[in-house]
Amino acid sequence: MPLPIVEFRDVAKRFGHLVVLEGVTLSIQRGESIVIIGASGSGKSVMLKHIVGLLKPESGQVWFDGTRIDTLPERQLMLIRQRCGFLFQMGALFDSLTVGENIAFPLVEHTRKNPDEIRQVVAHRLAMVGLPGVEYKMPAELSGGQKKRVALARAIALDPEVILYDEPTTGLDPVRADVINELIIKLQRELHTTSIVVTHDMASAFKIADRIVMLHAGKLIIDGSPQQIKDSTNPIVHHFVVGEADEKELSVLKG
Amino acid sequence: MPVRLIEQVGRQTTNALASLGDFAQFAGRTFVSMGPSWFRWKNVRLILPQMYDVGTMSVPVVSVVGAFIGMVLAVEGYTQFKALGQEARMGSVINVSVIKQIGPVLAAVMLAGRVGGALTAELGTMNVTEQLDAMRVMGADPIRVLVIPRFLACILLTPLLTIYSDFLGVLGGWLISVKSLGIPNDPYWHYSALGVDNWQIFEGITKSIFFGAAIGLIGCYKGFTSGAGASGVGKACTESFVTSFMAIIILNFFFAQVSKDWYIAIYGVTSMFGS
Ligand SMILES: Nc1ncnc2c1ncn2[C@@H]1O[C@H](COP(=O)(O)OP(=O)(O)OP(=O)(O)O)[C@@H](O)[C@H]1O
Ligand SMILES: [Mg+2]
Repeated sequence: MPLPIVEFRDVAKRFGHLVVLEGVTLSIQRGESIVIIGASGSGKSVMLKHIVGLLKPESGQVWFDGTRIDTLPERQLMLIRQRCGFLFQMGALFDSLTVGENIAFPLVEHTRKNPDEIRQVVAHRLAMVGLPGVEYKMPAELSGGQKKRVALARAIALDPEVILYDEPTTGLDPVRADVINELIIKLQRELHTTSIVVTHDMASAFKIADRIVMLHAGKLIIDGSPQQIKDSTNPIVHHFVVGEADEKELSVLKG
Repeated sequence: MPVRLIEQVGRQTTNALASLGDFAQFAGRTFVSMGPSWFRWKNVRLILPQMYDVGTMSVPVVSVVGAFIGMVLAVEGYTQFKALGQEARMGSVINVSVIKQIGPVLAAVMLAGRVGGALTAELGTMNVTEQLDAMRVMGADPIRVLVIPRFLACILLTPLLTIYSDFLGVLGGWLISVKSLGIPNDPYWHYSALGVDNWQIFEGITKSIFFGAAIGLIGCYKGFTSGAGASGVGKACTESFVTSFMAIIILNFFFAQVSKDWYIAIYGVTSMFGS
């Protein structure tokens, strides 16, 4: 088995008394496209943030391409982070910069491209997410879904090896969501990026994933191919996949 | 009951010490990151917009405060000095107060409100909307990109604004004393020059640099550590102002102490009322 690009070893994370992750173990291979599903608040975003060292586990280890990163100082983390693109759940665009400057930010920081080359990359990335020509708008002038796509354009600006997508299709119309699915697949096929995707959107999950894991109560309760997830007899997985609430969850609605 | 009280006092002390430690670490990281390698065009270009925000936008507030302080000192002092028949000596008292104490302190307090509050609000919002995290993920250190330019703008512009405010304070004092209360012009300036020497001007400006540093660092730190949501940012802004204000007042005390000792060591004791 080759060296995994990302590896969680028995990771536990708490915020005060709230236990979010306990004993998460997962290896992700280079070039793989893995989807993390799980209920709202189950800790999916928290898991992604561990991969780039924005959060540190209470116990356990996080590895990136053979380097243990949970104990790494900021300065060395920078080098790891340059190899990753991160699409934040809320976009996290810099609201004092234009759309173009947002996408140019990683290019200005890490490449020696001249302003013309940067403009070209920015225009190309915006075209990829279906928003050509919005360079000079401010993020505040965009709709929620447009912000998300600009954020995606920024996340892929540097052609990263690993792209972390936190709910890339939430807030998009079904057609646009499918374009983003295709984009994720295309990036993975053509540039051999590793995609780690958090989503609630099962259609999207089945379309993109080589492999799906589900986070529940701080643990990964299933890890398998899309077909194995569909066929799972685990009631929690089954309810999530078909999008049905169980008796207990519905009981709050009854008088 | 007493046990709980002690426990609470203990916890609060620990919290206060812990946040002081965090702040020291934040300040330390800022200074370490500000080595010679910071001063490249890529970074330096970030200072200019901050200078505009801190500087230009603060001129009206600071001038109004400065002018009115000079004027108030003149109005208040006049009756007392008049009773002694010494109204010409008012110049020294007004101008020493403006240049050494009230000018720098009030200008800094105004800036703590206007600039410190804005810094905390901006960086706090960036914190709660994950923009700081986004920056870190893109391999850029927010201290380098956000904190240092703002810190430098505060350090550079607080003294300039203080000088400006002092100038208007001197003008305001003169206007009321000479133009309105009829104190003769030449003696007024004569005594002013006796009261204010280079040392005092130097002290006023030096401390304004430290006040600026406190405003910038505290403003940025409070933004970086703000709690979640709009309420978290609001709370951080209030704390930022209150903390900067206290820092200014306390720094001012230490400055007075140190400056007095040095002055006496260098010049010996001199009277403000001249001879
Ligand atoms: N910085 C933080 N401080 C305190 N608690 C946090 C923090 N980040 C996340 N949490 C808590 O951790 C839990 C998991 O959060 P997370 O954002 O990972 O959920 P999620 O699975 O991404 O949910 P969603 O699908 O709604 O985005 C939540 O209960 C949240 O309140
Ligand atoms: Mg989330």
